Amino acid sequence: MTWDDLKKNIQDKFSDKILKWFEHNENRIYIDIDPDQLVPFARYLFEDLEARFIIASGVDTPRGGIEVLYHFDFYQLPQVVSLRVFLKKPDLEVESLAPYIKGTEWIEREIAELLGINVKNHPNMVHLLLPDDWPEGKYPLRRDQ
Amino acid sequence: MSEIIPIGPYHPLQEEPEFFRLHVEGEIVTKLDIEIGYNHRAIEKLAESKSWDQVVFLVERICGICSTSHPAASINAMEDLGGIEAPERAQYVRTIVCELERIHSHLLWLGLAGHFIGYNTVWMWAWKYREIVCDILDKMTGNRQSYAMFKVGGVRRDIMDDDISWYRKSLDQLKPALDMFKGAVMDDPVIHARTKDVGVLTKEQAKQYCVVGPTARPSGLAIDVRKDDPYFAYDWIDWDIVVLQEGDVFAKTACRILEMYEAVKIIEQCFDKMKPGIVDLHVKELPPGEGIGRAEAPRGEVYHYCLSDGSNFPARYKVRAPSYTNIFSNEAACVGQSVADAALVLAAVDPCYCCTERLVVVDHDNNTERKYTQNDLIHLSHERTKEVRKELGV
Repeated sequence: MTWDDLKKNIQDKFSDKILKWFEHNENRIYIDIDPDQLVPFARYLFEDLEARFIIASGVDTPRGGIEVLYHFDFYQLPQVVSLRVFLKKPDLEVESLAPYIKGTEWIEREIAELLGINVKNHPNMVHLLLPDDWPEGKYPLRRDQ
Repeated sequence: MSEIIPIGPYHPLQEEPEFFRLHVEGEIVTKLDIEIGYNHRAIEKLAESKSWDQVVFLVERICGICSTSHPAASINAMEDLGGIEAPERAQYVRTIVCELERIHSHLLWLGLAGHFIGYNTVWMWAWKYREIVCDILDKMTGNRQSYAMFKVGGVRRDIMDDDISWYRKSLDQLKPALDMFKGAVMDDPVIHARTKDVGVLTKEQAKQYCVVGPTARPSGLAIDVRKDDPYFAYDWIDWDIVVLQEGDVFAKTACRILEMYEAVKIIEQCFDKMKPGIVDLHVKELPPGEGIGRAEAPRGEVYHYCLSDGSNFPARYKVRAPSYTNIFSNEAACVGQSVADAALVLAAVDPCYCCTERLVVVDHDNNTERKYTQNDLIHLSHERTKEVRKELGV
């Protein structure tokens, strides 16, 4: 499938769910979606369009919430698609992708412990990088602490 | 009797800390728990307090072996952010350094793998010929490791045209060595017996665990950033991506050996095609926005994401090293292996970590503990090779 086909498929399937479609350049695409659309969107990319999950990254923004980006690519294509969800404080909650994409398991543990996001239905939510006796409620990448 | 065998917090073969907890039934691994975080240095957090120029040096310290892959991904991310395209000659210089690093990293791994299965000659030879590559890098960049060559908009040092003939001569010395390694590994019945069908990662598992590089390609996934999202000079060069289907330790070894040939091919073409020109655009600042950079390290895709608010420091910097996904896939590849093979499987992804001290056997039923040293573990593996030799009558 070419990128144009993939783009059309994504836009047709989620036309009313995409909050913003931004192409930084022809190979870097950022799609803003609501947090409740994350699982269907990511599953569609991974299962139907055979995308590859690269990594997720979270940033504590000055806009009163945390932005989480889920980066995907499509194997032989140069495009990287980054799904962006904005979690407003204090409801920092997002559904886990790990039951559907095994490769997301570690990074979800990481963003949970470093940014204090509650990843719901994660199969193994224990510390990844921080020690087990790390104090509750302290999140190293949060800017409000 | 069910037992748990912890390996770590230092990997008995490789060189950095992690912790594997092997659940075994008799000799066979039934489950694997992996713990990382023993070496967490908060580099992403540190990057937020460094200027863009300094970030490139900082990420170079992430790994001592693939010390140029992180700067490569880093400058790709920053150039993506700023819409900058480095001069052509600089792209060739960058490609040459990246490929030299690939050869020395693969030789390093090959040596360790040889040592571990009891082929100390392979170990000594691999590291001997690795010196050729380190010498080239030393002359070209001033350092055997951590070359500090890359910067946004170019490279810090040009390659002197007068030196190129010496580099070519050195590479010519390497070629027969690669042939020798290829023969030593591909034609040896004992290595076949120790590595074939051992630690298989299927294509489906490779997709699920989202693995990259020489952990994905031997499992039939044709994935290589150099081809898929070409950067530097890779698009101007004629080379092939190595893809194998078996997914076992043998395929992972073969993949790395064959990739060294491709690396030599790439470097020689870069020397052929390089034309005189500037190597640095002297970029002064980066605009606000986001940038994504990727590079194919010896172990697979390195992925960097940076967020700029227009200041001289990144507002957020995210790094994903290839081992992050590859190590996790051991969870699938180790199950069903014997303990002697499992340690080899753990090392076969070339995890960016490490080697040392201890292996503890915990017997739940008797509540006793037995400690293994590094030598004990290597001894275990060597004994297994001896058994294989006896079975094969060689």
